Amino acid sequence: MIYRETGQFKTSYRRDQAIFPIAQDRWFVVAALGVAFVVVPLVANEYWLQAVLIPWLVFSIAAIGLNLLTGYAGQLSLGTGGFMAVGAYAVYKLTTAFPELNVIVVFLLAGLFAAGVGILFGLPSLRIKGLYLAVATLAAQFFLIWLFNRVPWFFNYNPSGTITMPPRTFLGVMVTGPEATATVRYLVALSFVVVFALLAKNLVRTNIGRTWMAIRDMDVAAEIIGIRPLTTKLSAFAVSSFYCGLAGALVFSLYLGSVETLAFDITVSFEVLFMIIIGGLGSILGSILGAGFIVLVPIFLTNVPRLFGIEVPVDLAKEVEAMVFGGLIVFFLIVEPLGLARLWQIAKEKLRRWPFPY
Amino acid sequence: MWRNLKRLAVAILALSVLVAPALAQEEIFIPMLVYRTGPYAPNGIPAANGFRDYLRLLNARDGGINGVKITWEECETQYNTKLGVECYEKLKNKGPKGAALVNPYSTGITYQLIPRAPIDKVPIHSMGYGQTAAADGRVFAWAFNFPTTYWSQASAFIKYVGEQEGGMDKLKGKRIALVYHNSPYGKEPIPTLTVLAEQYGYDLQLLAVDHPGQEQKATWLQIRRYRPHWVFMWGWGVMNQVAIKEAAAIRYPMDRFIGVWWSGSESDVVPAGKDAIGYKAGNFHGVGTDFDVHRDILKYVYNGNLAEAKANNFGEVLYNRGLVNAMYDTEAIRTAMRKYGNRAVGGEEVRWGFENLHLTEDYLKQIGFGGFVRPIKITCEDHEGNGPVFIQQWTGETWKQVSDWITPMREVVRPMIEKAALEYAKENNITPRNCAAEQ
Repeated sequence: MIYRETGQFKTSYRRDQAIFPIAQDRWFVVAALGVAFVVVPLVANEYWLQAVLIPWLVFSIAAIGLNLLTGYAGQLSLGTGGFMAVGAYAVYKLTTAFPELNVIVVFLLAGLFAAGVGILFGLPSLRIKGLYLAVATLAAQFFLIWLFNRVPWFFNYNPSGTITMPPRTFLGVMVTGPEATATVRYLVALSFVVVFALLAKNLVRTNIGRTWMAIRDMDVAAEIIGIRPLTTKLSAFAVSSFYCGLAGALVFSLYLGSVETLAFDITVSFEVLFMIIIGGLGSILGSILGAGFIVLVPIFLTNVPRLFGIEVPVDLAKEVEAMVFGGLIVFFLIVEPLGLARLWQIAKEKLRRWPFPY
Repeated sequence: MWRNLKRLAVAILALSVLVAPALAQEEIFIPMLVYRTGPYAPNGIPAANGFRDYLRLLNARDGGINGVKITWEECETQYNTKLGVECYEKLKNKGPKGAALVNPYSTGITYQLIPRAPIDKVPIHSMGYGQTAAADGRVFAWAFNFPTTYWSQASAFIKYVGEQEGGMDKLKGKRIALVYHNSPYGKEPIPTLTVLAEQYGYDLQLLAVDHPGQEQKATWLQIRRYRPHWVFMWGWGVMNQVAIKEAAAIRYPMDRFIGVWWSGSESDVVPAGKDAIGYKAGNFHGVGTDFDVHRDILKYVYNGNLAEAKANNFGEVLYNRGLVNAMYDTEAIRTAMRKYGNRAVGGEEVRWGFENLHLTEDYLKQIGFGGFVRPIKITCEDHEGNGPVFIQQWTGETWKQVSDWITPMREVVRPMIEKAALEYAKENNITPRNCAAEQ
């Protein structure tokens, strides 16, 4: 009833090709952004911002990055953690070497560094496909982590090998370092997510995105109709690594503040992969939903018994959490193998017919 | 299904606004970051139990600290930095005055919390772990790592080895290998050992073992080739027992294999069985249960039930470490009470308590820790106390102290700490405090 596009005529190609062609969708997005930008900073406390929302946002960017590569271009990658580490260490090196450089520029440059590394490790994708490529990208993961662990130059010869984000300001406001408030860091992360999700959404609708999908669906056919696998695959690796690098930069500077290589180890790569599988392969919204699922559900499960006032020993709570979390993943994949994004789509279709379904 | 999901969502929202019941005004809240699950659980459990039991003892025997009850809440970190940060954020504002202090129990989490401490006003006590440079209180006002640090321990090991070889001059030309956990924690002793290598002319080989350390064949093959006179180990969790087994497999003499104080507990040697006999490790507090505090715990916490106490790791090395940790923390709170009165003290006041902590031999005896730990005095400049270390050896059944208390080489370590602290201060725009002006 409320979700009807009746009477909404598309009189130009521009309107027909809009990301949200239905007015209700547009209003919903505007409202959601309003809540995220205005209401959340007003009501959320530091715990919610720092431990729940900021990780969700930064991992959303990583998930979008991997989704561009795996969901849209069909190249399975297990190197996400490594590319994120490139972003984090690039931020550290750049901002300690050039302290006066604007921190936002540093984040973007870090993304570019990661893109370069991504192209390098994307080269094998021209020869190997599918699971074999996953193994090749796994090499990237292990090599990069090894590199950042072993070469002291990357952590400025500090004895512990930990990198710490120095305080930096943007437009006179402290955005990194311990004195930056959680609200500011949240808003910066949110802005990055909004801008780069929009960019990604538009990118997959351009000719570049379409060549990615062509390669994903059948690379031989794509080659025959004139798509160059070299540029297509490498551009997918570059863009995806840019996003991952940016996410790593934000994990380091906005979320954790100081990291060691363990923060980007192989489990991170798997987690991001789970995010896009659960969220939905080939969907930007799915990346964000999937990141939310993987980040939020364990925290929620840990706190459930306490909300009911039940005192459970922490170790038992953790084991139960792991079991329930695993069960939930299986449940969602059985109920909807195409991910949370598909559930969302079904919900919208149902809503169109509500309250008179047929 | 959608209706159900909607209901669930409403339920979640309703629950999340429920606030936790407020604690009574006169209670001190201590957050406990523990790891009772995950790859480091065998080490995490005894330490957490020891810490908890001492707090229980104080509540049961003395009604808390100077009559103010202590409350605490555990939060599972799995030794994982991200989970640790979540736990810290969750617990830092609990209790009427917020968290009195925090023990991160992980070097990675300590690094996370050090920059936050001055903002959140929660002092950090990373007892014998964390960032060594935090020993310089002028830069790290909110972090304490007494009674001793990895750098002090490394220098004490060299002293011990020199003694065993028959004089420090005999170290020349000796080969020493360091097997370390490839993380900030494991890398800590490298600068000290390198500096001392130049000073005493021994050869140092660094062998990194990646987390979690189950695979060490290549490392020990290198040791076999290198044939070191001594092997030091900075290991943690499952890495320790694997290393001991591997050392036995290449028939490396166990009494020349010394682990850090985090590599010298029952859970590290028992799985290696007979092979582990003779293995040595550093330590900074007593071993066994022959101390007054143990008798009190048995009486007040376990009602004399030794079996139940043993099931809670009573008397194990890491249990004792938890005890010592809780004792230092509660004594810091007591010190703060001397200045601010016998009431619930907040983080800022406890920080003062830590900085003015002074435990004499007599006082330690009074609180049941006579002979258990060395006296200590913390000052504004010195957050380490430069506590001495001894070497313990595994007999197959128990750990036995085999060396005297070794005083670390302060003249070597302290300048390095000050240099590292100054570098940190420069990188993070911190102006070192003027301690003379504060007194």
